[in-house]
Amino acid sequence: MSFFAITRATLAKDIRLEWRSKDAINAMLFFALLVVVIFSFAFDPTAEESRRIAGGLIWVAFLFAAVVALNQTWARELRNQVLDAYRVSPAPANPLFLAKAFGNFIFVSLLEALMTPLFIAFYKLRALGPAWELAPIALLGTWALVVNGTFFAAISLRTRSREIMLPLLLFPFSIPALLGMVNATTAVLTGEESAKFWIALLLAYDVVFTTACLLFFELVLEAE
Amino acid sequence: MKRGFPILAIVTALLLSFALYQALIVAPTEQTMGNVQRIFYYHVPSAWTAFLLFAINFVASILYLIKRSEKADMVALVSAEVGLVFCTVVLITGPIWARPVWGIWWTWDPRLTLTFALWLIYVAYLLLRRFSNSSQTAILAAILAILGGLDVPLDYMAIRWWVGQHPSPVIGGGGSLDPRMADVLLINWAAFLCLAWLLSWTRYELEIASRKVEEAHAMESLMEGLR
Repeated sequence: MSFFAITRATLAKDIRLEWRSKDAINAMLFFALLVVVIFSFAFDPTAEESRRIAGGLIWVAFLFAAVVALNQTWARELRNQVLDAYRVSPAPANPLFLAKAFGNFIFVSLLEALMTPLFIAFYKLRALGPAWELAPIALLGTWALVVNGTFFAAISLRTRSREIMLPLLLFPFSIPALLGMVNATTAVLTGEESAKFWIALLLAYDVVFTTACLLFFELVLEAE
Repeated sequence: MKRGFPILAIVTALLLSFALYQALIVAPTEQTMGNVQRIFYYHVPSAWTAFLLFAINFVASILYLIKRSEKADMVALVSAEVGLVFCTVVLITGPIWARPVWGIWWTWDPRLTLTFALWLIYVAYLLLRRFSNSSQTAILAAILAILGGLDVPLDYMAIRWWVGQHPSPVIGGGGSLDPRMADVLLINWAAFLCLAWLLSWTRYELEIASRKVEEAHAMESLMEGLR
């Protein structure tokens, strides 16, 4: 099987699984909803204030919710020794990683698409800057979270209490990405400065870490 | 332990006391900050030592992935641990210095923030080593250290730009250091490097011993299983 065939097969399997169980997406959605509600109780901002803090709130909510899906990524494969079977098969490691990362990307994007209208309603948001810039910010930011998240989830699979380990590894390494997405979003919402630098930074982050993850994933998969 | 160890220990003790005397008595008092500024002689050498140790950790991790030598793994572990200790000293002495001088304990200055981010990364690194239950801890840790090394420049750029938008007190920069102060600083750094070397050496020997014990335990249970 070719690289793309394996990626496609794994991705299709994961989506089918998720479609039938809806475990990850339901948990993520409800979790993000709770974060949004708790934030609005905790801050109760005016429209002007919320424009300044919404970038931070929205991404923190997505980050926390994404961890729910990311934790499931590999745990699912442990049942019935699927991961061991993959390891002994002649298939290369990277298509598996890419399929998992794409799968998480789709789930988290879906979450964002569903949660964003709610955010706009709750926080009375209206972008004063160029709103179309939010599209590349969302794409690059989400990829930054899921590519590292998928990788670190595979690493934390090899630890005790892996569900706790994932955020402990992911958050410190995501500081540049988080600064990038939060500040870019705030820049667009307030319209005070340009988001260009932050978008470029997110792009650089994505390129660096996607390359690094693909370089090292085979080692992580083989490390039992 | 090797014969050189007591010699290094004595040299470190002498150098540290000499450096303390230099920092507290010999170095001139700073004009605006007064005696508080003397914490500088501990703060800055700790920072340089920590960064040096983190750099060693990065190189040792790459070496481990290439050569798979256990030595490189132990060097990586030891340099991360001792580096984290010195980094903690930096993060504690910083606020103690900042409070009387700027009137605040903490500011999101690029250098402070980056040091803090680095500290977080290495805490995560050591947590992974501690929590890992795979026999391949060394490989996973080495990968994480390399990712951390890649993260630092991005962190630097992000933090520089982020801070640029927020007003913060101006720290040092521009001003030139009194040559006598520079001498004291270098003496202190030499003393701190010796201390770091001594600590790392001790920790390294300890790691060798603990790995031997672990191996012996594994052998023992293996033999019991055979019986």
